Amino acid sequence: MFPAHFDYVRPATVEEAVKLLAKHGDDAKLLTGGHSLIPAMKLRLARPQVVVDIGRIANLSYIRETGGAIAIGAMTTHADIEASKTLRDKSPLLAETASHIGDAQVRNKGTIGGSLVHADPAADYPASILALDAEIDVVGPRGKRTIKAVDFFVDLLQSAVAADEIVTEIRVPATAKTVAYVKTEQKASGFALAGAAVVIGPGGVRVGITGVAATAYRAAGVEKALAGQTSLTPDLIARASAQAAAGVDALGDIHASPEFRAHLAQVNTRRAIEKALTRA
Amino acid sequence: MRRRRWPVADPNTTPYVGRAMKRIEDPRLIRGEGTYTDDLRLPGMVHAAILRSPHAHARIRKIDTTAAKAIPGVVAVLTGADVNASCGLVPCAAAIPDLKAPKHTVLAGDRVYFVGHAVAVAVASDPYIARDAIEAIDVDYDPLPVVTNAEDAVKIGSPLTHPDLGSNVAYTHNVSGGGNIDEAFRKADRIVKHRLYHQRLTPMPIEPRGVVASYHTGEGTLTLWTATQIPHLIRTLLPGMIGVPENKMRIVAPEVGGGFGAKLNVYPEEALIAHLAMRLHTPVKWIESRRDNAAATIHGRDQVGEYEVAVKNDGTILGLKSKTIADLGSYLQLLTPAVPTLTGLVLTGCYTIPAVKMEIVGVYTNKMATDAYRGAGRPEATYLIERLMDVVAQELKIDRLDLRLKHFPAPGDFPFPTSCGLVYDSGNYAAALTKAKQLANWDQLLKDRAAARAAGKLSGIGVSTYVEICAMGPSKAMPAGGWEWGCVRMEISAKVTVITGVSPHGQGQETTFAQIVADRVGVPIEDVVILHGDTSVAHYGRDTYGSRGTAVGGTAIVMCIDKMIAKAKTLAAHLFETTSDHVVFENGRFTSPGVTNRVITWPELAGEFYVAKNLPPGLEPGLEASSFFEPQNFTFPFGTHICAVDLDRDTGHVKITKYVAVDDCGPQINPLIVEGQVQGGIAHSIGQVLFEQTIYNEDGQLVTGEFMDYAIPRAHDIPDYILGSTVTPSPINPLGVKGVGEAGTIGATPAIANAVMDALEPLGITHMNLPMTPEKVWQAIKTKT
Repeated sequence: MFPAHFDYVRPATVEEAVKLLAKHGDDAKLLTGGHSLIPAMKLRLARPQVVVDIGRIANLSYIRETGGAIAIGAMTTHADIEASKTLRDKSPLLAETASHIGDAQVRNKGTIGGSLVHADPAADYPASILALDAEIDVVGPRGKRTIKAVDFFVDLLQSAVAADEIVTEIRVPATAKTVAYVKTEQKASGFALAGAAVVIGPGGVRVGITGVAATAYRAAGVEKALAGQTSLTPDLIARASAQAAAGVDALGDIHASPEFRAHLAQVNTRRAIEKALTRA
Repeated sequence: MRRRRWPVADPNTTPYVGRAMKRIEDPRLIRGEGTYTDDLRLPGMVHAAILRSPHAHARIRKIDTTAAKAIPGVVAVLTGADVNASCGLVPCAAAIPDLKAPKHTVLAGDRVYFVGHAVAVAVASDPYIARDAIEAIDVDYDPLPVVTNAEDAVKIGSPLTHPDLGSNVAYTHNVSGGGNIDEAFRKADRIVKHRLYHQRLTPMPIEPRGVVASYHTGEGTLTLWTATQIPHLIRTLLPGMIGVPENKMRIVAPEVGGGFGAKLNVYPEEALIAHLAMRLHTPVKWIESRRDNAAATIHGRDQVGEYEVAVKNDGTILGLKSKTIADLGSYLQLLTPAVPTLTGLVLTGCYTIPAVKMEIVGVYTNKMATDAYRGAGRPEATYLIERLMDVVAQELKIDRLDLRLKHFPAPGDFPFPTSCGLVYDSGNYAAALTKAKQLANWDQLLKDRAAARAAGKLSGIGVSTYVEICAMGPSKAMPAGGWEWGCVRMEISAKVTVITGVSPHGQGQETTFAQIVADRVGVPIEDVVILHGDTSVAHYGRDTYGSRGTAVGGTAIVMCIDKMIAKAKTLAAHLFETTSDHVVFENGRFTSPGVTNRVITWPELAGEFYVAKNLPPGLEPGLEASSFFEPQNFTFPFGTHICAVDLDRDTGHVKITKYVAVDDCGPQINPLIVEGQVQGGIAHSIGQVLFEQTIYNEDGQLVTGEFMDYAIPRAHDIPDYILGSTVTPSPINPLGVKGVGEAGTIGATPAIANAVMDALEPLGITHMNLPMTPEKVWQAIKTKT
């Protein structure tokens, strides 16, 4: 488990990091926790020429309330998100989701920004980011821009963040309390075979699904079936949840067939809605 | 959560034996102060990396090492053509008649036979450069047809793993015993048939393998540190491979981070790295990566069988027939072909079954070799007989416990000869079953299941009553001798140094042996040191496997102590001016009641032995004894496991709601260590029954080559165990102990599987292959509802 040769740089500011990315282009990789990058480098599946460690940049790790949102610095660890009183009190879905990620060691080092940009199809956050309708700020040579969650996950292991951009902040609504994340683990890795995140609010129900397809997605069929409904009866929830993988090209591998993943999406959606309602 | 505490014994009272003591070896391991193979740093040491085949079967047209050799820091790049003539063949110690065996060279010759087959080795000044170098080797492969399924491999027209052998069948082994099997089947009211599959498993010790070799050119001596269970067997077998004589070879097993049978082997790398150290005149280190461990360290199990039971309508079993196909992989490692034959030895389990017939076909496929993995053949046998007992009970609609009880030999029937040709040493199978029922609150368990079922839930209870083979073993049954050696020396300071030929790597014998010695010699346990795992210290031994350490190795030490005390009594008698038969030894004190009031203790006596100024004529100085113990039989631990499960209809998830194990391993030296062994064994079974499996795709690619894809049990998979024991001493050794290293995984697999099948029984589901994953359970439920 010995990576190929690489150079290591540690910029002090976001601006400096952006310049380094611009300079090295595809040869550079950001180190933002390292729980996907370093194993890939050790297996020599990833061979960056330059590793840009942004772990020491000040002010990228925070959780604070701003207006109607909670802003989370991109380098905030899963453990900090899991433990955040602000999140637990005002918008607990991300904290609940973080508690499902890996193990304590992973949660102590892995960061939300790093995880989101990696766009692993079975990562936990994407389901919740989608259900929360979060916003993601990125900074690059062209300045700062904000990406909506629905536009963020482009394809397998591909996010809307360009190679020369850095995620700086994630914002979620501060009023989402009727929420839940329910997940079936892939037994070996602990990643999601199917994870369903649910946010129930005055505007309706939003459902994010991860693990099932090449990217996490909003379960439009479920949301539509529940739209405008004032009373979420068990029967209605069951019928709506049956749409959790409708029209989705489900993944299949040694851990689960496409059929089973799609089925688990339905079951976990139903269970997540039921669980969220207990928190209403 | 409920936390159980072990009773803390007063540390100042003896005996130590029987006390639940924490392990002496643990603090250094927990604090990271243990020395594993990868911790070794020798002056001038270089690092080896091995290039492995990406193909399951291919001809090697050409290997070009030019670019690799040109990398700065590279010391050597070598292929099979360079080293195989100097390294001899990898040994297989199993004696199977008419065995067809391929030549197993340390690096591939002109063909590769499995993904992970070692093709070339690069040696460099650091491990990074060694990795760079193997990437720069250009191998031109011509892929060949592949066979990965043993049942396909025996069909006519199958691709051949080794075309030069002419067939994929390595051997056909027939076991038959007891009465006339044909007559048994003629007299039967009914023939119950079943098919069972034991999936392939990857042992996955947390420490992968590793080797460091150092050759002293002037002395012609080789020192080899290797993460192994068997330093002595390697010292016996490696000379034949690399030409260094046994008495110029030192094998050291430092701390070994898990074996489970995977390190009970002589691997190509042990010869290769030794050869490199000799060839390059500098120490060489090779540490296996996790991926290489998954691909090129032995796998376990992988048997499929068709079974027939001849029964009378009252449940009386008249005979058992089986046909098993065992997937050996592509090569024979140390015990590869022998493991399936062990299944044949305990086929009848703990039951009186008058006639048996078993055919075992060992088959080559383009996969890594299978070999001994925790339980080695006994889990397979126990799973099949315990599943069959449930299937028979279900078909005949008789109680499964009654069926088992009906076929148990009575305590008075021991020593009990079986139809498979063994003689079970001692046992009280009904007592273990009764105790397990008590601990499980059996009647309540049945009521709970009925209530759950009435509420529409899928709830099941599984039982397994097992017997297994431990304390391996009598030399007549073991390929390289089954005795054990030990040495006990009292130093001049009255400290006791014990040397054992077993090679513990997690079994805790630094503690259990110290308990035995402290009691029998009568010294504080802190004064006892147990040395092992270095052939220059422990000159002889047969190492650790087959749950033999305490029953065989411990007995050798008891024999040493007896000799040492006898010698000490001779000197005590001389000092008392009497004869030995008037000397009494008790709790470390020598007295001679009626002769003198004088008391002689060890410090005084040890001093006299080494100062040697006052020894009687004929008595040698020094106080040490060594012994070889040859067991006259195996031992046969047994027990009953009970497991209750709930199934999630929606997700197929199996939740273990209760787990009770009653194991009888004879008297327990240290109940805490016994419990640890049982717990770990059950964990292995939870993995095997519910999720673990080694998967090769049809091209022979290993798709479970890392922990991202190969699931091992984790803490949250383990239920709260309720453990108990009964104590039936073995007559085979003076300690009466039987062994417990593998019992958990032998007893537990069928208990858990039977529980899942019991939960599915109301749906009419009678069969499911291991592992019983959520998807399989869900699919089964879906097809029946």
